[in-house]
Amino acid sequence: MIRIGVFVCWCGSNIAGTVDVGKVAEESAKMPGVVHVEQNKYTCSDPGQDSIRKAIKEHRLDRVVVAACSPRMHEMTFRKCAASAGLNQYLVEMANIREHCSWVHSDMSVATPKAVDIVRRAVAKVKRSVPLFPSTIPVEKRALVIGGGIAGIQAALDIAEAGYEVTIVEREPTIGGRMAQLDKTFPTLDCSSCILTPKMVDAASHPGIRILTCSEVEDISGYVGNFQVRLRKRARSIDEARCTACGICISKCPTSRDSEFNMGLGTRKAIYMPFPQAVPNKPTIDREICRHFTEGKCGICQKVCPSGAVDFSQEDQVLNEKFGAVVAATGATQFSVEAYGEYGYGRYPDVITGLELERLISSTGPTDGKIRRPSDGRIPRTVVFIKCVGSRDENKGYPYCSKACCMYTAKHAILLKEKIPGASAYVFYMDVRAGGKDYEEFYQRSQEIGTRYVRGRVSRIYPLDGKLIVQGEDTLLGQRVEVEADLVVLAAAMVPQIDAPEMARKLGISYNQYGFFSEAHPKLRPVETNTAGVFLAGTCQGPKDIPETVAQASAAAVKVISLFAKSELTTNPNVASVDESLCSGCLWCMNVCPYKAIEEKIITERAGKETVTRSVASVNTGLCQGCGACTVACRDGAMNLLGFTNEQILAEVEALCL
Amino acid sequence: MGYAYYPGCSLHGTAKEYDMSSRACLDFLGIEYRELPDWSCCGASSAHSVDHTLAVSLPARNLILAEQMNLPLMTPCTACYSRLRGAHHALRSDPGLARKVLTALGSEYKGRYEPLSILDVLYQYGPEAVGEKVTKKLKELKVACYYGCLLLRPPEYADFDDPENPGKMERLVETTGARAVDWPHRTECCGASLSLSDTKLVVSLATFIVDMAARHGAECIVTACPMCQANLDMRQRGRTKLPVYYVTELLGLAFGLEPKRLGLTTHMVNAMGLLRAKQLA
Repeated sequence: MIRIGVFVCWCGSNIAGTVDVGKVAEESAKMPGVVHVEQNKYTCSDPGQDSIRKAIKEHRLDRVVVAACSPRMHEMTFRKCAASAGLNQYLVEMANIREHCSWVHSDMSVATPKAVDIVRRAVAKVKRSVPLFPSTIPVEKRALVIGGGIAGIQAALDIAEAGYEVTIVEREPTIGGRMAQLDKTFPTLDCSSCILTPKMVDAASHPGIRILTCSEVEDISGYVGNFQVRLRKRARSIDEARCTACGICISKCPTSRDSEFNMGLGTRKAIYMPFPQAVPNKPTIDREICRHFTEGKCGICQKVCPSGAVDFSQEDQVLNEKFGAVVAATGATQFSVEAYGEYGYGRYPDVITGLELERLISSTGPTDGKIRRPSDGRIPRTVVFIKCVGSRDENKGYPYCSKACCMYTAKHAILLKEKIPGASAYVFYMDVRAGGKDYEEFYQRSQEIGTRYVRGRVSRIYPLDGKLIVQGEDTLLGQRVEVEADLVVLAAAMVPQIDAPEMARKLGISYNQYGFFSEAHPKLRPVETNTAGVFLAGTCQGPKDIPETVAQASAAAVKVISLFAKSELTTNPNVASVDESLCSGCLWCMNVCPYKAIEEKIITERAGKETVTRSVASVNTGLCQGCGACTVACRDGAMNLLGFTNEQILAEVEALCL
Repeated sequence: MGYAYYPGCSLHGTAKEYDMSSRACLDFLGIEYRELPDWSCCGASSAHSVDHTLAVSLPARNLILAEQMNLPLMTPCTACYSRLRGAHHALRSDPGLARKVLTALGSEYKGRYEPLSILDVLYQYGPEAVGEKVTKKLKELKVACYYGCLLLRPPEYADFDDPENPGKMERLVETTGARAVDWPHRTECCGASLSLSDTKLVVSLATFIVDMAARHGAECIVTACPMCQANLDMRQRGRTKLPVYYVTELLGLAFGLEPKRLGLTTHMVNAMGLLRAKQLA
């Protein structure tokens, strides 16, 4: 005899405002199998959960339906609650009458019957639920951090400090990321290198951290606690063990190209270190331009190297490794400001981006820290800054706010006045967003030293007699403005890496419409993803400044540490299962399974008087993620997803449609 | 194949020379066209500031006529271009409005062909092919190509070229051997719509544009817009006077056609002086 309890939640006025909860309770009581119905203002609260526990005992309930919010919100809450009352937690079913009903309707006379239908569906399903039991899997206590910027470095240091092994995979020849390119940091104006390079050294010298530069993740398979990762370590053409970083090879190399680290404002050699503080402090040969590789000639670096470290024959290495958790810290890049034809970036050399200005200010940059115009090397007297280039602009860029630009523009204005006394700075802005500790004060400071903030957009920039004429609008005065500038700096939006979607596919995680990786919950699970064991840190998840990036990286590290602190993991029992007696062995399910969780199995069985050997599908429950693709593909109906069996789904359809 | 030719009212009046030179160029290049029979006003400059339905209906009538001829509609006038494309866009993207307009006109419109500017047509013919027909190189002539607004804005439908940094007119003009100067004000507003109501403002805008062209080394301005041509030609008050040509006038000249046949003698700022000085006419 099935005894179902239905608990209808008001969710304050979230549900009760649009749905007649009393009526839903009344109708639920009439449903076959339902022996007990209750209403609660907030079922998820402590007293609400208590009433469920009490009802399970008093009314000997063996199934529970909670008519409340989305299962993504509170299914776990109610499962745990039922379990504490001795009920198998998989005998709890959610009826989502909030997101699916009350929130999307305004008319109670429509919403109430719909809520009743939703409860009827849940009752029909739970009636066919059976107790399920999770199993356990071991955890490989090694973490993979993808990306060696400040986010990756911080996460790796925190995880390693807790005593677990970490591997940082960085595709550039050095770790450090974007932060290494910056000169000073807001709002304290401490030098970026002075706070970053010690951390880079810490990471490099930490016994628990292994750094793989010039390396990329090629493939990830497996599941939380047991990821199989294929890494490619591109040939550096340098024997790192022998190289003493003396730098003779670099000084003698005859080939050069625009330096990526200096945003194309300077050059680097074919054998190069991106910047003097690079970690590892070893040069790399760029095979695309190295004459030895392009023309088969040269080899001067090999000749001059006193320690014989140059190795042209070095090959890419492919490493197959196992990790228990992955932190994605792949960072962001800069919006292509060429999209704004009216600003003339690319046509006028003195229109540059914020990152380019960082390199011009930096003492390790192409001008040794003197701000000089790219066109003629003159010191600019008047600089115009334009904010929101690519951000907050759906027409040419992205609708989101890039968050860091208001502050770094204030910083640029302050640094400009420090470096060039008497220089004037104009900032064209839409709004100044200075939310953050000491940020508003910092912005005020930039104003106090005489930076002129002009609220409005720039419509055109054109060169005239060695100056850049910046035409714009001051929307506060309602007037056209024209500034004769020597240099124009565009605050380019922070945008996802071009290959972010590809990385997301490798990781099996989702990303938003722009390409930023999606967190599991925007407020309550900000560093987790929807794939267990994969965590997010830094700007790969959305635009951020350094403090926020570091905070998120440490948070991701904590998640990894708490995962590793367990000796084994409990698995979700909502996995596919094969009824071997029905399975015809066509193995269509194998083709559709995205997790490679289905294998062929040979079974021997008796059929009448004979013994028959045949193949059937077999599910690896460790790999199965419970997506259900196989159950749809199975033409025999032999494949069932536990917790969502074919029988249950048909019963739901019937309850809703008949 | 061929095109339905829509001159619009300007080309029958103030921009007569644009009509003459357009027809002369099309004839010379052997591009088939037929004047749209019974064409009516496109509604430019007034209808769209009064009534949106009317602003779509007026050009729609002409679009329908062309569709009935089974020919793409082509116009030299940029204001007509803007209105025709605006209507084409509205009829295809706003079913409610389309129903209203087409019911009023008692016809249907499939929108198989996008309405074109004569520059599109010359571009479809191909700048290289145009260049091959040039018999008289306009060497040493330094021109500032001026697009104005109607060919490029709004970019949702008036999308002849990149709205901020166009270059197609330059390519066409350079096939004649002339040199297109690099100047930043080719998409600046000339203020034509205020020409009568706020002449002072328009004089300052037009003078600025012409001055800028001169400062960047141009000896003349080339445009494809009757409004821009009339406005710049009439309203410039700078020290240096620059003649303002239609693209088709320069092309026609390079094809060796008679200046008179191209209407080059009817300009406000003497259009022949420069050409004579350069021994081009």
